[in-house]
Amino acid sequence: MSDQPKIQLTDVHKSFGPKVVLDGVDLSVAKGESVVVIGGSGTGKSVMLKSILGILRPEKGSIRVDGQEVIGMRSRDRDALMLKFGMLFQGSALFDSLKVWENVAFGLIQGRGMDRAQARDIAIETLASVGLAASAGDLSPAELSGGMQKRVALARAIATSPEIIFFDEPTTGLDPIMADVINDLIVKCVKDLGATTLSITHDMASARKIADRIAMLYKGKLIWVGPAKDIDHSGNEFVDQFIHGRAEGPIKMELRA
Amino acid sequence: MNFLATVGRVFLSFLAHVGRLSAFTGTALLHMVRPPFYPRLIGRSMVEIGYYSLPVVGLTAVFTGMVLALQSYSGFSRFAAEGAVATVVVLSVTRELAPVLAGLMVAGRIGASMAAEIGTMRVTEQIDALTTLSTNPFKYLVAPRLLAGVVMVPFLVLVADIIGVFGGYIVGVYKLGFNPTTYLSRTWEYLEPLDVISGLTKAAVFGFLISLMGCYNGYYSRGGAQGVGAATTNSVVSAAIMILVFNYVITALYFGK
Repeated sequence: MSDQPKIQLTDVHKSFGPKVVLDGVDLSVAKGESVVVIGGSGTGKSVMLKSILGILRPEKGSIRVDGQEVIGMRSRDRDALMLKFGMLFQGSALFDSLKVWENVAFGLIQGRGMDRAQARDIAIETLASVGLAASAGDLSPAELSGGMQKRVALARAIATSPEIIFFDEPTTGLDPIMADVINDLIVKCVKDLGATTLSITHDMASARKIADRIAMLYKGKLIWVGPAKDIDHSGNEFVDQFIHGRAEGPIKMELRA
Repeated sequence: MNFLATVGRVFLSFLAHVGRLSAFTGTALLHMVRPPFYPRLIGRSMVEIGYYSLPVVGLTAVFTGMVLALQSYSGFSRFAAEGAVATVVVLSVTRELAPVLAGLMVAGRIGASMAAEIGTMRVTEQIDALTTLSTNPFKYLVAPRLLAGVVMVPFLVLVADIIGVFGGYIVGVYKLGFNPTTYLSRTWEYLEPLDVISGLTKAAVFGFLISLMGCYNGYYSRGGAQGVGAATTNSVVSAAIMILVFNYVITALYFGK
């Protein structure tokens, strides 16, 4: 059983109307592995994550988490499955009606029915592990800077000690130093938890830092998958163009949608 | 051909909306009766709808009662029926004006704020975040608001009934010179329980519709600030129209024989 992949995508297709976003994606993530999917904006990276989470429903293909098919799963089973997951959203997606500590403790209180006092202690501990003081817990998310919001979002994603964590553009919108701080925190948290992670980003510095394996998504397909150390000699001209950020190359930006 | 295509497209999109709304309503109703429940959130919605709407509903009711007394006095005096003022006021207020006007005021106040809040949560991925934290958005966001609407709008209408009659009494006694005792006994004389009950039935339905439109439009809003703005407008307009339509339907069911 140990060689069973934690997450397995097989021939996943998803379109929005006539626009094909995922066109037969195959990807498998082993237990404890950190896979980073890179690709330009609008290539379907977020759609892929949301399909695994069941927020979007692919038309075709199979997505298995621990061997369990998630496409077409009943909502009650899905709520149970979600207990395994943590996710850091691109825009942090903190609940602005709740205080910072309530955000971090949300999965513990609502998802697992823990009592508030105990959940608060864990939330404060988790905040400390991402470098935030206990006093920050009583602020509202709107009072925090973008970098601090990201840390709170990271704390919320890891507070329930999930087996699987998704990072959606973890460093977007942060200055390079704060981005590196977040990358370090991600690496540290993942190591501490022993979690399996799947991240999407177009920030190569971030990808190099957190990935065991890197996959590149282009036009709805994964065109290259390999160990992170091989990214610089992938022999794939699409990958080369992307990691060097060149406007010229086989990837043509579609200026008209 | 072009014209037919347009008609067809409009009709299809209308059907799609009806279908989506029906599915939304069904899911929401299911989650209203199925645990877990969120008493804290239900309480918060009840305070928001019931308590904070009291001033605006009270003001609406008192002026409606006052103007009714004035109008019916001046109109009815043409055929020497001024004596019916108290009866006209109490019947109009309990059967029609309190539920409809309170409903419209609450639609503006509450429907808009629900659509804006849930819509913002949608576009900032907070609703997706709820899912990843093992919390069903229907249970957490929609069900408490629907429940609060169904319970609190009848409460508001009951208050509006009393204040409306009181407004009529003020004008009747202090401006039109009715004897206070006679005015009150005329108020009670022809009032039947069904007058009040039918009004409260309407209120419960209106409360449901207001919350439903607020949640539905917010839940499916897309496209950032503009989308949330459109959702807010739609929630108020659609709730107002549905209130007027259902007002007729319920009246016909109660008194149409």
